[in-house]
Amino acid sequence: MSDKVGIVIVSHSPDVARGAADMVRQMVGNEVPLGFCGGNPDGGLGTSVEKIMKAIDEAWSERGVAILVDLGGAETNSEMAIEMLPPERQGKVVVCNAPIVEGAVMAATEAWGGASLEDVRRTAEELSPQ
Amino acid sequence: MSEWLTGSILMTHDVGLHARPSVKLTKLAKGYASAIEIAGAAEGPWIDAKSIVKVMAMKAKKDTIVYVRARGTDANKAVAALLTLIEHDFDDDHANAVSG
Repeated sequence: MSDKVGIVIVSHSPDVARGAADMVRQMVGNEVPLGFCGGNPDGGLGTSVEKIMKAIDEAWSERGVAILVDLGGAETNSEMAIEMLPPERQGKVVVCNAPIVEGAVMAATEAWGGASLEDVRRTAEELSPQ
Repeated sequence: MSEWLTGSILMTHDVGLHARPSVKLTKLAKGYASAIEIAGAAEGPWIDAKSIVKVMAMKAKKDTIVYVRARGTDANKAVAALLTLIEHDFDDDHANAVSG
């Protein structure tokens, strides 16, 4: 079990999700738990609650999990996925209001240093226009 | 609180303090207990070297003299490590030299 906050990347596109995850791994390293998913169950563009839940599971850390999303449905489906988690996990997962690629790298860098979930989210959200 | 311990180095890395070097510098800084700040000029403004967002936003270019200062129990080691990382063009061998 990692002592670092986990990062989940949820994009409409499997390629974007994989690419953003590659950037996190190559720039920050493998020490941060990482999950990613993209595409709907039919293989088209979209997101799926089931895939998001699986990605959260892959990135799971008792310190919490920060989710980075791209467009609308990625956010609402992520929120739905959080609601469907076991109650003891629900409070430890947040969706960050940040650009997906930059936010993932920034959040992962902060998580790498052992920061709390709240600090990881704040770091990712520092990027957003105020 | 003790005094700031300061050092500086000419950054020769081709692309400057872009994304990947910024992450390496921040990760290295996070390994030290001391407060660590960097600047692109001797008079500042100083920014928190442990903040990835601020380091990346600094956008220091090649041939900038980067100033590093640290304050705390391991300030000596921290300044030396960051200067070494910058001196060696953010080479991987010097990116993980976090003090035990």
